[in-house]
Parts: sequence; structure tokens; C-alpha cells
Amino acid sequence: MNMVSETNPVAAGAALHPCWSCKGPVANRALFCSVCGAVQGPGAVDHFTRLGIAETFEVDLRELERQYFGFQRRLHPDRFASRTPRERALSQQQAVALNEAYETLRDPLKRAAYLLRRRGRTVDIDGAATVNDPALLMEAMEMREALADAESPADVSKIAAKADAEVLACQCAISGALGADDLDRAANLTTRLKYLYKLADEARARKAKMTRPML
Amino acid sequence: MLLQLHEPGETPAPHEDERGPAVGIDLGTTNSVVAVPVDGLPRVLRDDKGSGLVPSVVAYDEDGTVLVGTEARKLLLDRPEAVVSSVKRLMGRGGGDVKALAGTLPFDLDTEAEGGMVRLKVGGRTLTPVEISADILRELKARTEAQLDAKVEQAVITVPAYFDDAARTATKDAARLAGLEVLRLVNEPTAAALAYGLDNETEGVYAVYDLGGGTFDISILRMEKGVFQVRATGGDAALGGDDFDHAIAEHFLAERRASLGEETITPAEAKQALMTARLAKECLSNSMGGEWMIEVDGKRSRHFLDRDTLDRLIAPFVDRTVAICQAVLEDADVEPGLVQGVVLVGGSTRVPLVRTKVAALFGREPLSDIDPDEVVAVGAALQAEALTRGSDTLLLDVTPLSLGIETMGGIVEKVIPRNTPIPVAMAQEFTTYQDGQAAMLIHVVQGEREMVDQCRSLARFVLSGIPPMTAGAARIRVTFAVDADGLLTVSAQETTTGVEQQVAVKPSYGLSEDEMARMLRDSMEHAKEDMEVRLLTEARVEARRSILALQSALGVDSDLLSAEERQVIDEAVSGAERAMAGDDRAAIQDAMERLEAATKPFAERRMDRGIRSALAGVNVERLEGSLGDD
Repeated sequence: MNMVSETNPVAAGAALHPCWSCKGPVANRALFCSVCGAVQGPGAVDHFTRLGIAETFEVDLRELERQYFGFQRRLHPDRFASRTPRERALSQQQAVALNEAYETLRDPLKRAAYLLRRRGRTVDIDGAATVNDPALLMEAMEMREALADAESPADVSKIAAKADAEVLACQCAISGALGADDLDRAANLTTRLKYLYKLADEARARKAKMTRPML
Repeated sequence: MLLQLHEPGETPAPHEDERGPAVGIDLGTTNSVVAVPVDGLPRVLRDDKGSGLVPSVVAYDEDGTVLVGTEARKLLLDRPEAVVSSVKRLMGRGGGDVKALAGTLPFDLDTEAEGGMVRLKVGGRTLTPVEISADILRELKARTEAQLDAKVEQAVITVPAYFDDAARTATKDAARLAGLEVLRLVNEPTAAALAYGLDNETEGVYAVYDLGGGTFDISILRMEKGVFQVRATGGDAALGGDDFDHAIAEHFLAERRASLGEETITPAEAKQALMTARLAKECLSNSMGGEWMIEVDGKRSRHFLDRDTLDRLIAPFVDRTVAICQAVLEDADVEPGLVQGVVLVGGSTRVPLVRTKVAALFGREPLSDIDPDEVVAVGAALQAEALTRGSDTLLLDVTPLSLGIETMGGIVEKVIPRNTPIPVAMAQEFTTYQDGQAAMLIHVVQGEREMVDQCRSLARFVLSGIPPMTAGAARIRVTFAVDADGLLTVSAQETTTGVEQQVAVKPSYGLSEDEMARMLRDSMEHAKEDMEVRLLTEARVEARRSILALQSALGVDSDLLSAEERQVIDEAVSGAERAMAGDDRAAIQDAMERLEAATKPFAERRMDRGIRSALAGVNVERLEGSLGDD
């Protein structure tokens, strides 16, 4: 994008840049030029703003989906398939940005890590970072042992249900910690959530293995 | 603050009058189908016997004649060395892949060829699967043009959802060779869902079970108010009705050996047994048993087959599809009972055992009101219409397989996990492991396994020019981008110094640009002229868009211009319109450059006015404290 902000401090202050198509002024956040209607590139906004929802941990998934679908209806590359290459490329960038925002916000773990990052805290939710919370380590170990000892699908179901309940409780606690701006606690709980998800997944996988015919 | 959507201006889409209709093509393993949108309703193209299926079989004659379809299939027994079928199974495959399948495929492969894409020896020629698929597409294009009496240049082509990047690229290359512009590669199950979504205002979670001749796909979709959101997809690119045929044929051949007291089976007997097996399978979809005869070289054997025996022979394959369904339901986080409808796609779903097992898994009778052989092409035609004429529906698809790169010890680091919505771009940082390391080999793979050699190699390239640093200091940012066709591009950059490397991705199993260029030259006498026509059309479309944008701007801000200035612009517009009416692409570009120069002062004044009024607005908003820009 040919942003005026690099050369023109006045334009930067006004959050405007020239539309690539009609060359007139267009707001940096605008999706389309209000004069010529040309699609614009994705603006540098956070995921919540991009999808037009309030920045909180409690996200109404139906609302999130409605907003996401609404923006994709206007911006998806399928809407620009017979347009010029430039318009196709911009719509693809828009759709990529929308998908990234949607994928981040619909998953409670990624959402929690994102909210923390916005407040200057980094929680590693992808890698196998070492945990130094002894209570969490003990809990994870006990659950794994219980899973290994489980002999029937019913036993595994019980463990899976327990893990699911813990996941829910942890999410409530994260919500509270973020609401109270207790970032230390929120970061610890987010790490805990990551491990609880992992355990719930392992329980499900184990159950599937028990009930499914071998291939 | 909530972000508001600006209504776009009423800029009409560029005229499409220069192009014929865009069609939907289901390029299948066994059969291919073409559907055309007629007044918003897709119509399947049929031959004079009423069949919409064109067998995906190509015969190459010594004299250079290429036959496609039923005529080619008739030659399958008489001149097997000159006929190719099921070539879709080889799309995007390399020599190594095919060795694993050796003996199970009816192909004579050129084992001499060095690396790269697999090549077939047929009718005295050596051809790639891309060229053979292009011959099928060329024939489909010619038949469609003859029936519609119009040129067909654009198509939506469907591919199995589980097709990897190499197979998708191969399909797109084949279309290019056949002179077709691919508007979009659409996943077959998604296309089928689109076809079903047309009649009924469906909402909720649906499953599409697609068992074709050579591929199996299962997709779980959310449908809501015209949005088709794929939640998860999975499958097996080498599992289908062909496997049923082989199992039945082996059963027949075992019986034949026993009844004739023979040890060995000739290739002719094997081919005849396979054809008989297919016939028996089709008959047993409607009856409980039957008797068939195999006669080769005057030696006859009789074979009785009932439904129970058939079910026993094919059960392992059907069970595999059920297991894949269960895994994909888990990925989508959906209990089978929550699925509101199951759509059956592909000729192999006519087999009763398939229907029984699918119904048992989902606890409901599957839908099959649209012919399972034609439903994919119908959906593709709908999508072709949507892409060229606009539509209220929207397909949101996902990547079927994880994409990653090789790290130390042959371990795969995933960059984009499977079932991520596309288009998507994700970046991952890597570092050097030796002091002063100046180059890095980047190996891109696709698959779910941990180790590189268990995944599919897509491409290797070298990022060179890394400035000398101590081990671990360099930051190499590798960006994966998957477009709406599901096609991948990879770029790499060293971020501490900003050295960006133009990377040449050498496809492991694809065609290089040089090979592609040669094939285009060989296949199209008028390739150059065609290319020029396309560039001319594009230049006109771009010019028309620019003029429309200018007219919108003049509609709002013409008071910024004096009468003389306005006249200069109007003359430049007239000049551009005259150039667009002609066939000289350079003249159009010149006229557009003159127009751009003529409108430059106008654009600057518009920016100034916009900034002035926006600053006034910003001040007001600052007072209210409501503007929080990032």
C-alpha cells in the first residue's frame, strides 16, 4: 500500500491515505473507498476492531461468527474473481486478516494469549515451554496416570468429563483475572488452560482408540 | 468503537461481454461432467444418448489422433497400450510415490525419467499426467463450445478436498494447457454442498461423504444464511470404487485359477476380470446376486457372486472411510448425532453397503436426491456463476493437510495446521545452526506426521545471502500463504538485517516453468496470440475501472476544477476511450498514463480537502475521547 503517512505527517494525523484507485482521500481503516467503491487493503487494527466486537475475554461466539461472515461476504476473494489483479490481491489480504482475527478470537486459549499480548504479556501457547508451577505439574501427572490406568471407555469418559469441567472453570477464572487486570494470574491460568486442553484431547483420543475398530 | 462498513459506490463490475459463459467441470477419476449455468440454473451437458458422464479415458493413436471418452474406453481391451484411464490418481505424483503403487495401477510408467513428475508411456509417446488431463479438458471444452455455440474460456474445476498442493497445481496447469482460465479450484464436497444448498434453505451442520472412483473425501460444513463454512475435512486420495473392483476381480481370478487349474494369469485375463468385476458391482447395487462369465483365449470360467460375498470383499475399504469420518468429526468437534444431513457424492455411494454403513454412523438416512455423479459439476457451475455474475452465497473452505518445514533431525515444524480457513498467511521464525552460515535449505512438506520422510515433500529451495552471524543469531522468517484455491506460495526473509531473498521454489513433483512453457508452445499453435488477447482484455478491464473511478471522483469533487482543467481531463478520458475501442494494448497503456498525468492535480486537491475536513473531525472526536486508533 502506498501510504501517505510515510511522507505526509498531516495526512498521518488525519488517518487518511489516497485511494489507490481514484486517488482521493480514504480513511486508513475503511474497507472500501467511499467515492469510487474500490476495495482497500486491510488496515493495521487489532483483531477485535477488525471484526467489530468489544475487546473482552467473554466473546459471544454467535456474534463473532455473524460479524466474521458479514465481513467475509463483502471482502472474500470470491467476490472479486472477475475484477482486476490489484483488487483480487487486496481482497485476498483482507480475507487473510479476517481469518487470522477469527481463528484467534474463537479459540479461548488463543484469545486469552492475544489479550495478554495486547497488555504486554507473552504466554507461549504453541511450543512446549517448561512449566514451573508444581501444582499444575502434579495435577497433569495424576490425570495422565488415571488415563493410563483407565480400562473401560466409561472410565475414560469420566476423566474426559472432569477435564472438560476444569477447562470451563479455568476459562471463568481467566475472565475474572483479566477483568481485575491481574495479569500475573491471567498468564498462569492461560498456561494452565493450555495443559487442560491437552489432557482433554488425550482423553478423547484414548476413548476413540478404545471404541473404534482397529484398522 | 465498532468498525463500520462503508457502502461501496455503485461501480459496476467490468463488462464480461467479451467472454463466453464460465462453466463448472468435475474432472473425475472415472468420469468427468460439465455443467453450465443457464439463467441461474445449472444444466449438465449431455451427449445424444442423454448421458452427462464423459469417461476420463484417453486413447492416443499412432497417427497423432487423440480420442477422449466412450470411444477411447472402447479401445481399452483391444489396444490397452494406447489407452490411459484413471490418470487423476497420478496427478502431482512423483516417481517414488508411484513405485509404492506399482502393479496396482493400469499404467506403463517411464521409470527412466529423472525425478520430478511421473511420466507415462502410451501409444508410442511419453506423457505427463498433466498433459493427459489437459487432453480430457480440451475435449470437454470443445464439446461444450459445440453445444452452446459459444467460446468457453473460464471454468471452475473441482478437486478432491484431500488433494495436496502438488495435485492442485497439476490440475491448474492442465487447465492452462487446455486453454482454460481457472476461476477457482473448488473442493468437491464443498461444491456438492453448494448444489444441495440451492433448493433448500438449509441451516446447521452437514456432512458430505464423497466416494469416487479413486478418491475419498469427507467434509463437515456449517451452513448459515448462504454461508457454507467448512469446519473440517479429511479423506484418502487413493481410496475409492476402483479398490472395490480390484477386490472383486481378485476373487474372480482366484476362482478362475481353481476352475481352470492354471497357475498364472495373463494381463488380458486380469483386464477382463476387472471389467467383469465392475459390471458385477454395478448389478449388485440393485439385485441380490448374479452370475458372470470370463472368457479369454477361448477359456471360459463362470462366477457366481451374491450380495453377502460382495459386502465381505469390500468391507475393509468401507470401514476405512467410516474411520476417517469419525476422525474428521472429532476434528470438527461435532458428535455424529448432531449432523443434520448427510449428502452422498460419487458413483461409489450407490453401493448398498456404503449407504448402510454411512446411515449407521450418522444415525440417519443420507440424502441423494441429486444424482451423485452430477452433483459436484452442478455445484461447480453454481460457483462459476457466483464468481462471474455475483451471488448471495459464500464458500469458506479450509486447508485439508498441515503445512510445515523440515527442521533439525528431520522433524517437521508445522506452520499452518490442517483445517485452517483459507486464504491464510502465517509466518514462522527459524535460525542458523552454524557460525557464519550463509545459506539455508528450506524444505516444505505437507502432512500430519512428525517426521519429514512420512510427509509429502512439496518443494525445496535455498535461502542464500544470509549475512555472517554467530549460530542462532539470524532470524529467518518463512511465510506460507495459501490462496482461495488452496495453493501455496512460500517466501523467506532474514529479519535482523532485512535481507530478503527472492526464492525460486522448485516443486518436488511439479512441472517447472520451463517445462510448462514448452508444453504450452507444443499444445497451442496460437498460444502467443491467445496470450496477447488475454493481455488486451485485461488492459481494457483495468482502463474501464480507472475511468469509472475517476467519474465517481468527479461526481463528488468536480468543484475543485476550473472549466479549462475539466476540459483537459475530459479530453484525456475521450482519448483513453478511443484507445480502448482499438486493439492496440500499448496505445491503451499510453492513453491511461496521459489520463493519470492529467488528473494528478485533481487527486492532490482532493487529498488536501479530505485531510482538512478529516482533521476538523479528528479534533471533535478527540474532545469526545472516542477515537482510539492502533
